Amino acid sequence: MESKTKNKQTAVDFESCRLEHENIKADFPILSQTINGHPLVYLDNAATTQKPRVVINALIEYYRKMNANIHRGLHHLAEQATDAYEQTREHVARFIGGVDAHEVIFTRSTTESMNLVAYSWGEANIKEGDEIVITEMEHHANLVPWVILAQKKKAVLKRIPITLCGHLDLSDIDNIITPKTKLLALTHMSNVLGTINPIAELAELAKKRGAVVLGDGAQAVPHLPVDVKALGVDFYAFSAHKMLGPTGVGVLYGRRELLEAMPPFNMGGEMIREVRFDRITWADLPHKFEAGTPNIADVVAFDAALTYLEEIGMDNVRQHEINLLRYAIERLSELDGIEIQGPQEYAQRGGAISFTDTEIHPHDISTFLDSKGIAIRAGHHCAQPLMRVLGKVATARASLYIYNDQADIDALVEALKEMRRYFGI
Amino acid sequence: MSEPLDDMYRDIILDHYRSPRGRKPLEKADVTSDGSNPSCGDEIFLQVELDNGTVKDIHVDCRGCAISVASASMLAEVIKGKSIEHAKKIAEVVRKMLKGEGTDISDDLGDLDALQGVRNFPVRIKCALLAWVTFMEGLKNHEKGHGDVHTRVSTEDDE
Repeated sequence: MESKTKNKQTAVDFESCRLEHENIKADFPILSQTINGHPLVYLDNAATTQKPRVVINALIEYYRKMNANIHRGLHHLAEQATDAYEQTREHVARFIGGVDAHEVIFTRSTTESMNLVAYSWGEANIKEGDEIVITEMEHHANLVPWVILAQKKKAVLKRIPITLCGHLDLSDIDNIITPKTKLLALTHMSNVLGTINPIAELAELAKKRGAVVLGDGAQAVPHLPVDVKALGVDFYAFSAHKMLGPTGVGVLYGRRELLEAMPPFNMGGEMIREVRFDRITWADLPHKFEAGTPNIADVVAFDAALTYLEEIGMDNVRQHEINLLRYAIERLSELDGIEIQGPQEYAQRGGAISFTDTEIHPHDISTFLDSKGIAIRAGHHCAQPLMRVLGKVATARASLYIYNDQADIDALVEALKEMRRYFGI
Repeated sequence: MSEPLDDMYRDIILDHYRSPRGRKPLEKADVTSDGSNPSCGDEIFLQVELDNGTVKDIHVDCRGCAISVASASMLAEVIKGKSIEHAKKIAEVVRKMLKGEGTDISDDLGDLDALQGVRNFPVRIKCALLAWVTFMEGLKNHEKGHGDVHTRVSTEDDE
């Protein structure tokens, strides 16, 4: 790793953040390029993050020195690759609060993790009349599988509404989470509003009423210190690519007792103990859920991303984001016609900043910003039901990560000012 | 400002976007058609009054990005007063121009020529297409004898 924050501190002031950044940006080769004649300002981190050199190098090194299929090989490379793959699993287990590595399943994406739970646990456990509770701010990944499961099983899909400020509205929670609730599936941090949900409190309530709890950590794990045991969730899903790792690696944490009772999701190689034509026994955890050759290289390189984040410290990642978020919201609030969605209290939100312009469509905003080298996202952010609740067809979203700095926010704000002049508003 | 951006947001496009034509709803409509691109959030509602084989009047209400609004406004301006056959021909020429299926344009497209710049932004082509496809689908249904049935059109599936 080329640079790292030297001292672990919880209160980083603006000045030290900026210094921190100059070093950090240099670790990300992609950030040094120009787009449309302007230095790249990358503010689409809730979609995916960029990769530091250490991760890119880990991928190259894997293919140069270690590539082999894992788990069954009886040769040197196969043993090395297997060790590296399993080392990442152990690293992930430590990273999310110290769970048993057998409880960490590698998937293709957060979405696939949700589908694994829906098809394996859901098929076996949800019955007619059961209730599945979600929230109005779910990403389609934590929504579509439950809508389909509920339809198939004739179960009832209930939702926790949101308040005008973009928090979960818990005023009627006792009528939403009931003894009939079999599953509570909710996001830890909204990819649209940035809201950090009180997942531990809700998990406690749901479990008292006998429900299983699944957390969507796709936006939370990259940005906050997360301890899944402290959250009290039974399942928790996230992906590597939103936290500096390669694409194509998802994680599903599941409580051992639940995973052991669940049937496999995919069938084939790797996931069996013994196969006869008439009788098959499943492999133990976690291999039961990892049929076929997994995404070995990307899992191996994910280890470098975890190390990189640990060396910065997740407390620092969070603190930096709070500081930059405060600056961004202050600066965006100066602008006429810009409305920021979601909570305004920094302590209760992360760095995904959805905004709209009263006059200009989000797609025009995004196209204009791109002409200035600024990458944001515009659209429904895979949360169409939430868009309807917000009364918006789409929003523009700038989302932050460790390498962003005040200069990035300044570039965004200046470009938005120029945009209004350009469109004649 | 980068050139492709100015090429897409030409003055004519921005003028149609700021003051869209055909906003007044019709009292009597022979053709009614809805279009929407859910992934963008663009939505269009279109009414046409026909008289003896010509488009007597047209109303277009489009909510969306500058490109979809301007394209819909241009449609309203160009199509009004044209024979149905001519209107269809124009719609087909615009569709082909946007999809890059040949630029042999013999018609005088007038303002519509300004839509050419959209082709440099592939993800926005569907925005420019929405009004035209919605118009054509409405006419098609009318010819089948159910012009009063709302058709739901999207240009997102054929990207």
